[in-house]
Amino acid sequence: MKTIIIAGVGGQGVLTASDLLSDVLLDAGYNVKKSEVHGMSQRGGDVIATIKFGEEVFSPLPAIKNADYILAFEKLEGLRNINFLKNDGAMIVNDFVWEPLPVASGTVEYPDDIEDNLKKYSSDLILIPATDIATELGNVRTTNVLLVGVLASKMDIDKEIWINVVKRKVPPKSIDLNLSAFEKGYSFRA
Amino acid sequence: MKRELLSGNEAIARGAYEAGITFASAYPGTPSTEILENVVRYKDDIHCQWGTNEKTAFEEAMGATFTGARVLVAMKHVGLNVAADPLFSSSYLGADGGFIIVSADDPGMHSSQNEQDNRNYAIAAKIPVLEPSDSQEAKDFVIEGIKISEKFNTPVMLRSSTRVSHSRSAVETGERETPPELHYEKDFQKTMLLPVIARKKHIIVEERQKKIKEFSDTFKHNYIIEGKTRIGILASGIAFQNGREIFKDDWFLKVAMPYPFPEELYKKFADKVDKIYVLEENDPIMENFARLITPDKEIIGKDFFPLTGEMTEDVILSKLGKKDLTPEFDTNSIPHRPPSLCPGCPHTATFHNLNIQKVTVTGDIGCYTLGGLPPLNAMDTTIDMGASITAMLGMEKAMAKAGKKLKQAAVIGDSTFFHSGITGLLDLIYNDSKGTVIILDNSITAMTGHQDNPGTGKTLMGDDAPVVDILKLVRDGLGIEHSFEIDGYDVKGIRTLLREELKREKLSVIVVKRVCALLFKKPNWSPTVVDPDKCIKCNLCLKLGCPAITSKDGKAFIVSSLCTGCSVCIQVCPHDAMNHANEDGMHIKDTSLADFFKGGK
Repeated sequence: MKTIIIAGVGGQGVLTASDLLSDVLLDAGYNVKKSEVHGMSQRGGDVIATIKFGEEVFSPLPAIKNADYILAFEKLEGLRNINFLKNDGAMIVNDFVWEPLPVASGTVEYPDDIEDNLKKYSSDLILIPATDIATELGNVRTTNVLLVGVLASKMDIDKEIWINVVKRKVPPKSIDLNLSAFEKGYSFRA
Repeated sequence: MKRELLSGNEAIARGAYEAGITFASAYPGTPSTEILENVVRYKDDIHCQWGTNEKTAFEEAMGATFTGARVLVAMKHVGLNVAADPLFSSSYLGADGGFIIVSADDPGMHSSQNEQDNRNYAIAAKIPVLEPSDSQEAKDFVIEGIKISEKFNTPVMLRSSTRVSHSRSAVETGERETPPELHYEKDFQKTMLLPVIARKKHIIVEERQKKIKEFSDTFKHNYIIEGKTRIGILASGIAFQNGREIFKDDWFLKVAMPYPFPEELYKKFADKVDKIYVLEENDPIMENFARLITPDKEIIGKDFFPLTGEMTEDVILSKLGKKDLTPEFDTNSIPHRPPSLCPGCPHTATFHNLNIQKVTVTGDIGCYTLGGLPPLNAMDTTIDMGASITAMLGMEKAMAKAGKKLKQAAVIGDSTFFHSGITGLLDLIYNDSKGTVIILDNSITAMTGHQDNPGTGKTLMGDDAPVVDILKLVRDGLGIEHSFEIDGYDVKGIRTLLREELKREKLSVIVVKRVCALLFKKPNWSPTVVDPDKCIKCNLCLKLGCPAITSKDGKAFIVSSLCTGCSVCIQVCPHDAMNHANEDGMHIKDTSLADFFKGGK
């Protein structure tokens, strides 16, 4: 059984990405369970979704040092969830800063050593300016699909399955844009 | 048969469809809200609706059962407190058509004020309770629950939890059962709970529970999983799934119906093992039954596992001494990301004013509860739905008796006001309160994700509905002389009005009206920009807690992609450093000021 965690800020499309990923895994023939945090997190708080898959899955919840992959849509959120990562787990982090309110209002500083810490606790780290790339492509809202593309390139699942699910899950008029975002992520080399 | 990934709540809705339910009602509340939002997909077959609160929703469902219809009512755990009165009556009245009461509990309090275990309600009301552990069971248990309900003439509680309701797993879906023929006939003995009738019914209820207890032993969803050791795990709900990750070789008694507890089945299980771990979230319900049945058995329950919070894999492992949860990286050392009011939130200006005028604010439950957090810090109390108004009265009268007075206001949202604020306001009128009630009317039930309510003009099924005008209700209906309506973005107007009403030795109501910023379409609005030459770093705008306002080189800076152009910060800035980015930018003057001071005298 494997565990994937997707973490980010409410509004970044974390839950959409986790739905997409769950469908891919189901189509690939795995048993899948997913858990997510709702409620207060919709108001600008941190969001995390956990996807577990394999022959047999019981608990849908994350556990410390149990994640094979962490996909973070924001740097601070990557670091916040670093303790979930297995020693040999892979970390994919959007090189993007979204200041939380206590930082924006000047109460605390946004840490400047995030990258150092990410490197310290994950041996397999990919840092990608996904928000910038998606913005260049034409729509910042495809950032989540682009990041899913990076994850796809690290997983042993037929690319066709990913593409079919992207086509199925995104709004019809944005299929092409999302597919090119997926490709950008899939072919990304740091 | 189709297999798809459904959340627990989607699965419950699907179960309602497949079970032949024709009536469903609810009041929204995390983590239960999505149940009715998904039942509405089957609105051709199921009448579904939001009640004004959980009690009305519950009673409406009971009315439907009198006709022989199969019904479902859903709410969060604390919602059942509101509906507790009809819950207890429903046990005596039984269920002609099947009757499912969904209680979505919130262990860990992800979005609630407490973590009560509503299985206690099932025991107190003497009705069976089913506890699903994944989405498949969530769907199946609605269907099974309807069968049990009809077989034993009893309402059935389905106790979900945040992790069941909000996790996704595969579900095999089936066809819809044909609903039963409806057959209402007047029957005094059956549907009137007069003492003379209720006394007879109580005897029937006790007999019924014995029969359901026998049934529980044979219910196929209560089952034993054979193990290779002499250790047994007694488990229910999501704790069962979490336990399965850990106790790979041990015996399990998976309990779907913790009450009435399957005593004979438990005895068989207990015979096979020397030591029993009980995995259940919150209270020791099954544990207490187990201890009564096998007092000499070694049972490890809530004296070992925590009574509070979730029973996760990590919690279980760490209590067993098998996992050290000390984090490698101390996440408390990095900034938190607390939820906040949204950019353009129409509540912000009110809280800003309450904060600077140092008002004691009794608060309520909704998005606006966030107004109590820094930097707005404009709420003193939260009790439950509706308590802002009533708690203010209690404080006022207690202080008055001691010859003291607080500068006080109650703050409540539109949906919460409809839910249980109106009755409190009647108390204020009746008992001559001198307080100020602020109703933040954003014309939607926002916190739970934008559900309609009696003020929105739409029903759950998408039909048009009359719009209840809160100002008219309080001024013309309840006769509160000092009733006002003001625009949520009118910072100075709110300030003036508050100052006057807080001084007034009479009850007053201020309806702060402006639609939720997440719903408002803003074609002509332009984001606000800061003129760095004028900004003197006073940080007043940052005290609004608006996520779009941040600082750059010590000066205010607005993230234009987040800014809605609501103009609240423009009005707050004492140095004229903020303005709309272009001429088209809509300014507060362009909006109707919601008939400023319309109702006031």
